[in-house]
Amino acid sequence: PKHTPPGTTFPPTFSVSEIKNKQRRHQMFMKLKQEKRKQKMQLKKKRRKEREALGDKAPPKEVPKTIENQRVFDETTVDPEDEEIAFDEGTDEFSAYFNGLTNPKVLITTSDRPRGRVVKFCEQLATVIPNAHVYYRRGLALKRIIPQCIARDFTYLIVINQDRQTPNGLVLCHLPDGPTAHFKVSSVRLQKELKRRGKAPTEHSPEVILNNFSTRLGHTIGRLFAALFPQNPQFVGRQVATFHNQRDFIFFRFHRYIFKNEKKVGIQELGPRFTLKLRSLQKGTFDSKYGEFEWVLKRHEMDACRRKFQL
Amino acid sequence: MQHDDVIWDIIGNKQFCSFKVKTKSQNFCRNEYSITGVCNRSSCPLANSQYATIREEKGQCFLYMKEIERAAFPARMWEKVKLSKNYEKALEQIDENLIYWPRFLRHKCKQRFTKITQYLIRMRKLVLKRQRKLVPLSRKVESREKRKEEKALIAAQLDNAIEKELLERLKQGTYGDIYNFPVYAFDKALEQQDAESESDAEEEEEEDDEVMGGSFYKSLCLMIEKVFYSERVFPFVQDVGQREFVAEDEVEESDLSDFEDMNKLKTSSDEEEQDESSEEEEEEEVQASRSKGKSPANGSLVRKKRAYVEIEYEQETESASRRRTT
Repeated sequence: PKHTPPGTTFPPTFSVSEIKNKQRRHQMFMKLKQEKRKQKMQLKKKRRKEREALGDKAPPKEVPKTIENQRVFDETTVDPEDEEIAFDEGTDEFSAYFNGLTNPKVLITTSDRPRGRVVKFCEQLATVIPNAHVYYRRGLALKRIIPQCIARDFTYLIVINQDRQTPNGLVLCHLPDGPTAHFKVSSVRLQKELKRRGKAPTEHSPEVILNNFSTRLGHTIGRLFAALFPQNPQFVGRQVATFHNQRDFIFFRFHRYIFKNEKKVGIQELGPRFTLKLRSLQKGTFDSKYGEFEWVLKRHEMDACRRKFQL
Repeated sequence: MQHDDVIWDIIGNKQFCSFKVKTKSQNFCRNEYSITGVCNRSSCPLANSQYATIREEKGQCFLYMKEIERAAFPARMWEKVKLSKNYEKALEQIDENLIYWPRFLRHKCKQRFTKITQYLIRMRKLVLKRQRKLVPLSRKVESREKRKEEKALIAAQLDNAIEKELLERLKQGTYGDIYNFPVYAFDKALEQQDAESESDAEEEEEEDDEVMGGSFYKSLCLMIEKVFYSERVFPFVQDVGQREFVAEDEVEESDLSDFEDMNKLKTSSDEEEQDESSEEEEEEEVQASRSKGKSPANGSLVRKKRAYVEIEYEQETESASRRRTT
C-alpha cells in the first residue's frame, strides 16, 4: 500500500477511514472488503470439506438465528391442551358461532365521505366475505348504528377509516356484545393492482387459514377473523382466505387453489390483499371513551424489545 | 376635547389606522370593541365618543358602554354590564341601558347579541355530536413500521405457508371424497400392498399415489399403462433393479416386414391413436385451462410406449407442371 511510511511493520496499522482522499479511501476499502470476503470463502470451504470428511458423524448444521427463533417466550402462549383456555373459548362471545347457532352477516361501512380507493376496497371486501353488505355512512354515529344492526341480525360491523383517499384503519366489531378490534391497515392492493390475478371471486364460501396466532390475545383475534366466514366452507369453490400473523403483522390474502397431485398445489391470487396491525382490543362494542380496553398498543413499552411480539 | 370628526378625518380617510384592514371591496376594523367589524364613520370606536358593544367571555355576554364624560379617564372609559342568560331578559336589559341612545347603536347591539347567542348554542350542540379526533402521525415511527412490515412479509413466505397448509388439510382428509383417485385403481394398489407387505405400507401407498397422479383422465391413462407394464402385477419380475439383456428383434415392433400385418397394425393403431390423441387433447385443454398450462404434455409419454408405423405417400404432380410450361 502506498501509505506505509518507511519503517513500520506489516500489516499496516492505519485504518481505512483516516485517508483523506475519497477515491483512494474508497479503493482501500474495496480491497479490505475483498480480503474479508476471500477469508470468509476459505473458511466456508474448509468447513464444508470437514463436514464431508466426517460424513455421518459431522455435527448437525447450525441453524441461523432468526427473529422468530429468538422470540422472547411469551407466557400467554396457548398450550393446545390447556383446559382453562378450552373452557374459556367454549363460553366466550364466539361460542354461539362456533357451535353453529349463528350465521355470519357482515356490515361494511366507512368513515364520513369515502373517496376513491376506499369505496373500491369496500366493494371488493364485500365480494370476498360472503353475506356482506356495504352501506354508505351518512355521518351517523356508530353508537346509533350498532343497535340497529343488532336488531337486523348482523353479526359483524366493519368500519374502514380513510386518510387521503386510502384506507388506513379498520374497526372490527363483533355485534351482539362482542369484542371490538381496531387495526391499522397498510399496503392495500386492490384487485386491479395485482399481477397474475385470477378471475373474480365467486359466491362460494371460502376456507379460512389462520397462521401463527399463538398467544392468548392472538387466539382471540384469530377467532374474531374466523367468525367472519360461514362455518362450512364450500370446497367446490376452491377459494381460501388466509390470515397469516408474522411478527405482529397480519397479512390477508385471498387465493384460488387447485391440487395438481398429492404433493403439489397451485395457488392463484384473486381478491384484495392488505396488512393489519392490531392497535387495540376492547371488551364490549365500539365505545372509545368508556370502553373497557383489554389490550392497547403502547408503543414505548412494546417496541422496546425487537424480539417480543404480542400476537 | 373629543373631536370625533377630526379623528375620523384622520384615521378614516387620510392617514394610518392600525386597526384598519383593507381589502378590494371593503375596509374592516379589527378593534376588539367594534360593534360591526366594518370600518365606518358610525361604527368606529375611536371616532365615536358615545359607543356601545356586546362582547362574550366564556359563554357570558357583556354590554360595554363608552361615554363622552369618561373620555378623559381611559381606565374607566368602558362600562361593563353583565347580561342575563335569558335571551328576552337580556334584550330588555340592553334596551334599558341604552335608553335614549342613537337608534343605530341600539339596533346593532341587539343584532350582535343575537348572533353571539346563536353561535354559543351551536357550539354546545356540536360538543354533543361525534367529534373527529385528529391523531398525528410520527414520521419516524411510520417508516420504522413500514420497514418492519416488509421484513415480516419476507420472513412469512406466504405462498409456501398457504400451500403447506392446504396440503396438510388434504392429507388429513378434510376434503373428504372430492380429490379421490379412481376407486378400482386404489383398491388394486391396496391389494398389491397386502400381497407384498415388504416395506412400510405408507411408502408404497405414497409411491402408488404419486405414480397414479391427481387428475382423473391422466390417472386413467397411466393406470391402464401401469396395470399392463407395472412390475408389481407380474410377480415373476420381482427384482426391480436388475438388468436384463434382451435381443433386439423382440423389442423393435416397428420393423415389421409383413405388409399386411403392417396395414392392419396401422389402421388399428391409427384408430387408437386418433381416439387417444383426441382424448389427450381434451385432457390437455382441461389441464391447461385449470392450471395455466403448467402440466406436462403427458400425451407424448403415452404415445412413445405404443407401437406405431409411419408411412409416407408420394404423389406425382408432373401434369400440373407440364400444363404451366405450355
